[in-house]
Amino acid sequence: MTKQEWPLYEVFIRSKSGLSHRHAGSVHAADDEMALNNARDTYTRRTEGVSIWVVRSDQIVASDPAESSAFFEPAEDKVYRHPTFYDIPDEVENL
Amino acid sequence: MYTQGLDQSGRGDSAKSGGESKEQLDAFQARIDAEEKIEAKDWMPEAYRRTLIRQISQHAHSEIIGMQPEGNWLTRAPSLKRKAILLAKIQDEAGHGLYLYGAAETLGVSRDQMVADLLSGKAKYSSIFNYPTLTWADIGAIGWLVDGAAIMNQIPLCRCSYGPYSRAMIRVCKEESFHQRQGFEIMLTLCRGTEEQKAMAQDALNRFWWPSLMMFGPNDSASKHSAQSMAWKIKRFSNDELRQKFIDVTVPQADFLGLTIPDDKLRQNEETGHYEHSEIDWQEFFEVISGNGPCNKERMAKRRKAHDDGAWVREAARAHAAKKADASAAA
Repeated sequence: MTKQEWPLYEVFIRSKSGLSHRHAGSVHAADDEMALNNARDTYTRRTEGVSIWVVRSDQIVASDPAESSAFFEPAEDKVYRHPTFYDIPDEVENL
Repeated sequence: MYTQGLDQSGRGDSAKSGGESKEQLDAFQARIDAEEKIEAKDWMPEAYRRTLIRQISQHAHSEIIGMQPEGNWLTRAPSLKRKAILLAKIQDEAGHGLYLYGAAETLGVSRDQMVADLLSGKAKYSSIFNYPTLTWADIGAIGWLVDGAAIMNQIPLCRCSYGPYSRAMIRVCKEESFHQRQGFEIMLTLCRGTEEQKAMAQDALNRFWWPSLMMFGPNDSASKHSAQSMAWKIKRFSNDELRQKFIDVTVPQADFLGLTIPDDKLRQNEETGHYEHSEIDWQEFFEVISGNGPCNKERMAKRRKAHDDGAWVREAARAHAAKKADASAAA
């Protein structure tokens, strides 16, 4: 028999309708169904959620923090995307 | 505290470097000094990573072992209500252990490795859980004092520089307050009961007071790794500062209960407002932390047995998952 550990799942919880799911932590489970049950028992013992997503940690594709300045660089010189970039005279209203 | 073993058992982890350049270390320290949070995949010095793995895993182990002294009274709780509450509290401790194992795993250590280190005796857990729970009042004393001391330590940990640890501690702290209040309420009920019940509460306080103070770890002058942990903002207050805070808030609570703190030198310094106390018996502390406390062997034996007895369940769940995956692949 193998002594391999159960896979790791990341847990995302919607705390109430109208809000998006938010990362809560992780759990180990043998399969998807157990991951949902373990996530419920671990992260929502006090009705912290109305919906749970679980996803195998090894299935998540993430950006690399070491490359983050290069990765996010394209947005940095585009200040004109922000409303404060534009000078509008004070007397103009509703703009 | 739950990670007090760090103060003794570390053989200069923080001094070992992982071959980092001074520029890298300075840039890292600058992030810490700017109160930036460090996240799992960010660059970090090896010593920072190792210190956190040790601290978080010890903390997790303490939560897991900490279920045992309380579990001792589950079947003998004095009412169904108390039993349901105790069961919920113990389940919380398991949950806290899991949040913390999860946080430690983000640093690259596996759950199996951490569990193996606990079972082999390589990893430590808090000395406090090596004391027996002889009466029902001990369940009150643990909630009031042990969880009270834990809160004192854990609130600053919510601001720890490592993001996943800090978030786990925020979650723990939200739940811990219930633990302390239910413990105090048990003590209050006993103290308002018969003479025998009040005597039982006093006896529990007598036995748990000093071990609770030891939870904060050795005096600052004897604490080896504090300075580096403070610089890295893993630790925010020294052992003695936290211990003093705990004593200052707890003595008036004991007064309210009409119980006497078992320290004939305890007195409030009128100038500072702080309580002064007798010297802690550090010999006892070192005995307990090095494996010779009243229940060390029992706690470890029980944990190993639970782990071994559960092996077939873990295997069966894996086999079931593999069978289901095969079936859905074939369909």
